[in-house]
Amino acid sequence: MARIELEGISHCYDPHSAPEDQREYAVSGLNISWPDGSANALLGPSGCGKTTILNIISGLLLPTAGRVLVNGGDVTGLAPRERKIAQVFQFPVVYDSMNVFDNLAFPLRNQKIPEKTVKTKVLETAEILGLADRLKSRTTGLNAADKQKISLGRSIVREDTAAVLLDEPLTVIDPKFKGELRRKLREVQNRLKKTMIYVTHDQHEALTFADNVTIVKDGRLVQQGTPEQLHAQPETPFIGYFIGSPGMNLLDCSLDNGKLRFADFDLPVGEVMKANAASYGKDFKFGIRPEFLEVSAEEKNGTVAFTVSVIEDTGAYKVLTCDRETSRVKARVSESMSLKEGDRVWVNFPKDRINLFYNEQRVI
Amino acid sequence: MIPALAILSISAFIPLMTVINYSLHYIFAGSAPTFVGFDNYIEVLRDPAFQGALIRQLFFSMGILAVEVPLGICIALSMPRRGPAVALCLVLLGIPLLIPFNVVGIIARVLTQSSVGLIPEFLALFNYDFNVSKYPVDAFATIFLLDVWHWTPLVALLCYAGLQAIPDAFYQAARIDGASSWKMFRYVTLPKLRSVLIIGVLLRFMDSFKIYAEPLLLTGGGPGDATTFLSLHVARKAESYQLGYAGASSFIYLFIVIVFSYVFFQLMTNIGKGENQ
Repeated sequence: MARIELEGISHCYDPHSAPEDQREYAVSGLNISWPDGSANALLGPSGCGKTTILNIISGLLLPTAGRVLVNGGDVTGLAPRERKIAQVFQFPVVYDSMNVFDNLAFPLRNQKIPEKTVKTKVLETAEILGLADRLKSRTTGLNAADKQKISLGRSIVREDTAAVLLDEPLTVIDPKFKGELRRKLREVQNRLKKTMIYVTHDQHEALTFADNVTIVKDGRLVQQGTPEQLHAQPETPFIGYFIGSPGMNLLDCSLDNGKLRFADFDLPVGEVMKANAASYGKDFKFGIRPEFLEVSAEEKNGTVAFTVSVIEDTGAYKVLTCDRETSRVKARVSESMSLKEGDRVWVNFPKDRINLFYNEQRVI
Repeated sequence: MIPALAILSISAFIPLMTVINYSLHYIFAGSAPTFVGFDNYIEVLRDPAFQGALIRQLFFSMGILAVEVPLGICIALSMPRRGPAVALCLVLLGIPLLIPFNVVGIIARVLTQSSVGLIPEFLALFNYDFNVSKYPVDAFATIFLLDVWHWTPLVALLCYAGLQAIPDAFYQAARIDGASSWKMFRYVTLPKLRSVLIIGVLLRFMDSFKIYAEPLLLTGGGPGDATTFLSLHVARKAESYQLGYAGASSFIYLFIVIVFSYVFFQLMTNIGKGENQ
């Protein structure tokens, strides 16, 4: 088990293509730390450099700049096997000329571990993964979910595995096995307390698996925190919109005369917020989560009138798209609220749920 | 179904039946064929000339497989995986495959002709008296090397295509699992090449088993009968109008090819799959 740190990691796939200042970096200036024994997720849209980061940690890729530390020791120059970091790939990798047992035993036998220990370790791992009854079967007949369990098994079977990296491990898994495999991953992490880093572009997978989520965009770290922190206090409007379903409502506004002035309505602000915000400047981006908007059919003090233009009913809740002349917000309301498209509603923006972003950074 | 059967009957069934018909009769020019049952088969199997040709043929084909398959894999492994050099390698490998059998035979004859050929001249520098029409070993070795030169590229190209289809993740996983290069080859590359190797082995076995043009042009089956392979033996009998004998030996020949191909196919399909079951 281990603590993993990235120090000033940058990587350019083709460093000789251009002079230093014009290079295209896949990732740049990353400083990230993952605590020992934690369940982590690395979340970001496709092409943001997640896989590059993973390959740098596992040692399949040598970064152009920066250091990788495991438990404080520099491992940047070490080969994958010497780092004791295991990786599970998007496509399940199994050795199809071996049966399940031999697949799980492969990393141990490569370390020349006595066959007796190999057997104990493999049986133990197979038991954790629920593969114990299939140890003698060929791997060719297994489904993708079981193959992925074998890949995971090979990474946790080694006693000395410092960390397990999972690169979008559910991508090719049949939807009906996805849930089961995700729970299995979580269970294995809980039981073995190995540091795991789960890479995905799917916020649902990331937030359900991890205690600690790192968000990357365009090769840069955007925010690291618990799912609750990311949800309630996104550092940037991007995270606000990226996390949550539907994403955060983001509207341009300006602070003027003690009010937040939007394109076609105003909101009063409290004294504290006014003082805080005024110290940054005038133009802000206003953010509030759809689930925090209070929608009612009657006008109340401090509410803003909108017209419901679209109702999406998920069965568990409804998502309303509410329009004014130019402003549009989405609101998540309870299933019991009876509304139809075209209805007029009054929306309250609770002051304690408001986020204000200045220059793409959260200030309130 | 019907068109397929019609084509099949013209291309395979009718000639095959003719051969079987010949093989069951004693045929002599001018007189009506006499039915003799399996006498021709017994004669063929007892004939030391046929036995010699068969053993020579098996020795040749097994040798061809033992050399061309590993060599083909090695060539494929050493080829670049990407970049402009790939096209160059593929063209160079493809050249031998484009040359027809008889041309290969004639080239070999020119190269090995005693007193004027390049090869005897060169070997004479080392005091080696190379002569394909005098020494059986020289003749056999020449035809063997000729086939290796001509057809190893086919195996290499098949393997190369197979290698390109192996996803990188398999090698990355093996590196993380701490596998040595040999183990990566043994447990990743080789199993993934299984299907192309089956095709390669079958093609090379069947083709080498019916080698004809090269020995015919180079040595005519000699010296003695050192390069009289099965096909040459059968053809000679047919040319001398021993149609019954030729028919029986053709049929035995076909049977051997089918049996061996089946055995290879079964072996290679199942090898490794059922390990430790």
